Amino acid sequence: MTKRFGPVTAADHIDLELGRGEVLALLGENGAGKTTLMNMLFGQYTADSGSVHVWDAEGREHVLPPGQPQAAIEARIGMVHQHFTLAENLSVIDNILLGTEPLLRPGRNRRAAREKLEALMAESGLVAPLDARIRELSVGERQRVEILKALYRDVRILVLDEPTAVLTPQEADGLFAAIRGMVGRGLSVIFISHKLREVLAFSDRIAVLRHGRKTGEMVTSEADADAIIRMMIGEAHDAPERTAGTPGETVLRLDTVTIRPGRDSRGLKEVQLDLRRGEIVGIAGVSGNGQSALAGVLSGLLVPDSGAIEVGGERLTALTPRLALSHGVGRIPEDRHHDGIVAAMSVAENLVIERLGSADVQRRGFLRRGAMAENAEALSAAYDVRGPGIHSRAALLSGGNIQKLILARVLETDPAVILANQPTRGLDFRASAEVSRRLIAARDRGAGVILISEDLDEILSLADRILVMHSGALVETESRDRASIGQLMAGHAA
Amino acid sequence: MMDLLQIFLSESFWAASLRIATPLIFGVLGALMCERAGVLNLGIEGIFVAGAMMGWLVTYLTGSLWLGVIAAALAGAFFGLFHAILTVPLGLSQHVSGLGITMFATALMSFTYRTAFPQVSTPPRIEPFRALDIPVLSDLPFLGPVLFQQTALTWLALLMVALVWWLMDRSALGVAIKAVGDNPDAVNAQGLSVYRLRIGAVVAGSALMALGGAFLTMSAFDAFFFGMVNGRGWICIALVIFASWQPGKALLGALLFGMFDALQVRLQTMAGAIVPGQVFLMVPYVLSIIALILAARKADYPRALLQPWFKGQR
Amino acid sequence: MIEIVPRDRPSGLLTAGVPVIAAVASLLLAAIPLAFAGAPIFAAYGQMVTGVFGSLFAFTEMLTRATPLIFTGLAAAVAFRARLWNIGGEGQLYLGAMAAVWVGSGAVDGPAALMIPLVLVAGAVAGGLGMLGPAWLKTRFGADEVVTSLLLNFIILIFVQMMLEGPLKDPMSLGWPQSEPIIDAAALPQLIAKMRLHAGFLLAIAMALVAHVILAMTIWGLQIRAVGENAAAARHAGMPVRRIFLSVAFASGTLAGLAGVSEVAGLKGYLTADLSPGFGYTGIVVAMLAGLSPVGVVFAALFIASVFVGTDSMSRAMGVSSFLADLTVSMSLICVLLGGFFARFRIRRIRREADA
Repeated sequence: MTKRFGPVTAADHIDLELGRGEVLALLGENGAGKTTLMNMLFGQYTADSGSVHVWDAEGREHVLPPGQPQAAIEARIGMVHQHFTLAENLSVIDNILLGTEPLLRPGRNRRAAREKLEALMAESGLVAPLDARIRELSVGERQRVEILKALYRDVRILVLDEPTAVLTPQEADGLFAAIRGMVGRGLSVIFISHKLREVLAFSDRIAVLRHGRKTGEMVTSEADADAIIRMMIGEAHDAPERTAGTPGETVLRLDTVTIRPGRDSRGLKEVQLDLRRGEIVGIAGVSGNGQSALAGVLSGLLVPDSGAIEVGGERLTALTPRLALSHGVGRIPEDRHHDGIVAAMSVAENLVIERLGSADVQRRGFLRRGAMAENAEALSAAYDVRGPGIHSRAALLSGGNIQKLILARVLETDPAVILANQPTRGLDFRASAEVSRRLIAARDRGAGVILISEDLDEILSLADRILVMHSGALVETESRDRASIGQLMAGHAA
Repeated sequence: MMDLLQIFLSESFWAASLRIATPLIFGVLGALMCERAGVLNLGIEGIFVAGAMMGWLVTYLTGSLWLGVIAAALAGAFFGLFHAILTVPLGLSQHVSGLGITMFATALMSFTYRTAFPQVSTPPRIEPFRALDIPVLSDLPFLGPVLFQQTALTWLALLMVALVWWLMDRSALGVAIKAVGDNPDAVNAQGLSVYRLRIGAVVAGSALMALGGAFLTMSAFDAFFFGMVNGRGWICIALVIFASWQPGKALLGALLFGMFDALQVRLQTMAGAIVPGQVFLMVPYVLSIIALILAARKADYPRALLQPWFKGQR
Repeated sequence: MIEIVPRDRPSGLLTAGVPVIAAVASLLLAAIPLAFAGAPIFAAYGQMVTGVFGSLFAFTEMLTRATPLIFTGLAAAVAFRARLWNIGGEGQLYLGAMAAVWVGSGAVDGPAALMIPLVLVAGAVAGGLGMLGPAWLKTRFGADEVVTSLLLNFIILIFVQMMLEGPLKDPMSLGWPQSEPIIDAAALPQLIAKMRLHAGFLLAIAMALVAHVILAMTIWGLQIRAVGENAAAARHAGMPVRRIFLSVAFASGTLAGLAGVSEVAGLKGYLTADLSPGFGYTGIVVAMLAGLSPVGVVFAALFIASVFVGTDSMSRAMGVSSFLADLTVSMSLICVLLGGFFARFRIRRIRREADA
């Protein structure tokens, strides 16, 4: 079984082949073109040129028509997307059967489908409650539903896009074991990741992508980690060496802050946190374990049910965004497009939206356009925000430049506390190194930084202290060892 | 108090409630189908006008009531298709497009009517649907007059409740429609067409809405007047939230609404001397706002409502 | 197969040209119903043009007709900027008119310098409160303001009828449901002798400029734009989103209320239940045609008013239904929507490559 991708624009002239019963890992940074490539394979995107060839069980070659998920499904290719494609208002079984039944046939006989699913679940070890609604499931369960969806259609080729992003290391191991079993029965797998460790542990062959080009391909057993990293990032891997901070007095204290779990959040369980001047506190954990609630409390978007926040010399029961700002809490939001900028407004305007009251922004309610422009020019230069200019819409900036804009806005006011929630997510290597450097510089100037990240490597390389979040509870760990932090992330006592 | 009791015991009150509810049943079911698929259809008010006018006109020209009903449904489907094209593949603002469809449909129907009947002092009339006279059943005490002396369109409305319920809750198509209103990516990833499902649901829903309009000219009255729809479409948009997008509750909401409206007419004749008549005329609109306020807090909107979806983009 | 691709940046030329193209397209499309009605098309267009530009009277009539449309167009534009769906302009217009009649028909007396500001403020506040209600229901209960503001139109109109048959009824009107006339001191002055054009037109233009200045040059304006474009980010940045939302609602209602004041105090002199032939709804078309720009609203209102006045004149001369105007206006809304689409996206053909 072979596949070929001809020349493609978003992903540039990439050829790939996948053999029967093989696990091919597609490795690359965010934006390297991995997901684009797979979306074209699956017909979600239409390739500008090039084609997908599939050999069926009898060895006949088929060319998939572009842009049609239906064709990929008929060729028995299944894809598990990084962002789940599940309808949350429907049950598990409805989601799995969606598109497999004739739409208008009266009466749905589900017994055969159920039996098949039960068998599949038993065989693969991936179990999900068939009649529960998706919105009631945890992320881990949702992921299993995604895979079951593909297996139910008897896929021969399964594409997994960053399947472990939302799993604990232990859950991830379970998933890999299940998939290994299925590969043994003839399934072929393409596995997309930017985590080198799991790629080395799990794949048969590795293809490395960078900036939309294939920069290397090798058999996993002969692979060399340093060489792969060079292929991924294009140059020597010079992540900023961790330097220790010099912690001073406490600038922020969370005192038994509790939020009851809600429909969309795990809540917080008596969270206790002391942040001192001049340190970076890393919050590790699998996403969905209360990090967003913690960030919400610190940003002033969520009101705790109980507990107190001590900041700027005051003890408060809750922050508002305005109180956070006035008490010196600078916030780098997780979703920079959703919370960080107003895309339709100019760069200059976005740089001041957190301090509209200050005298260099307004006079008697009127904007001081001149002063704003000067400010924007200075900050753009200092923080290297590149784009079509300070008067053009922020929407025209790239993700990295949007993040630099937000950094400029936050750091310019010299906040005592900085909340950095997933600050490098989706950024390329250079941009994320720049963000890391800025955070370290802010710490060295005396700020206390809370770094929330799913990327354990980022925490390990930046944080002075590490806390692990699981099920809404926060636990400090002295360990800097992956395995023991992984245990904590999974909710096991160290 | 005795008077109120008398009202509730009278057959005519319950018959009137069901009659008043009929156009709303069509309208709420139609809005429900559109919104379940993720498309708000503010064209509803104009689609009511289109159904009222086209149903009446075709009946007037051909003498066939059922041809009129079909014409009304087709007119609704046409304007629904228009709205669907603007909002689904083109992804334009559902609010503005809907209002545009309402204005366009209303203006087109008014223009057509005026052009066809330039200067008439009394509006031309048709022979409307008559109450069905089913042997035995119609003669049942109480139930006979309430249920079995309604027109065919009221029965069609009740039949549609069952049909839409079956479609949405029991068929694979309904599951797909609900999925496309929750997460279009889920539908696309399973090889179904987001566009076709959404467009289909909007077209079918709009045809249903138009039948609500047709009821006005072909069953409740026998002629077309400007302004006869009078906000009924908007009321349906409020009721569909009250009904949590469920056909059964839609029927219940429309019936409750019909009851209050029938009650207000009766109270008006009783209390007309003390309270100005207009107070009663306000009742339906005030009720709709109250229903909306009651339902809004816990309303579980389809997650993808108002969200355009484009093929090949996230 | 075709695919819809967003433009990297919206085409500037197209964005600027869209309203003009949409306006022209809707005028051209009007030829279809004209032909359907059996009218000589070129003569009909000629009559429309003469109906607007043929005489000073015709031209001032058009400006008079544009006046309430500028106000209601601004009301919609300002609200839509904050993504507040004020579809209740019609009701707010009547509230404004009612308040103007209430204070301006003799209940209070004084010199014009006092009376005119008084009726304006009364009407503006009434209109403002008329939108504050739905906006509050939205922030307090999450009740969709589209539906509540729409339904309120019907309630207010019935309320007006009730008032016109009750407390506001003119005893001298021989049974017609109309209000007592506005006293002379409270009436907006005429601008040109023997023409109906009144000072409300100038006020409308002034309000457009004020709205422009507020949106472009003040903190409040920046906040309105931020809330409209991305309420989550505005909240994250510490803006009082709820208060901004409510303040925009009040401002928007105020503008629609002024439309009512201007109609009764400048044009009609008294209130009837048919004061507005849907100015509130047409204001939405005006706002969209203007691309939600306050200055653009003035031009869009002039265009829409021309369509109405020109069609009226043509309709009288040729016996074509004057609903043609409503039809043209609704088509212009749909055209401008489509035009906005082509400015932001392009449609690309996808070629299927023959496989080697």
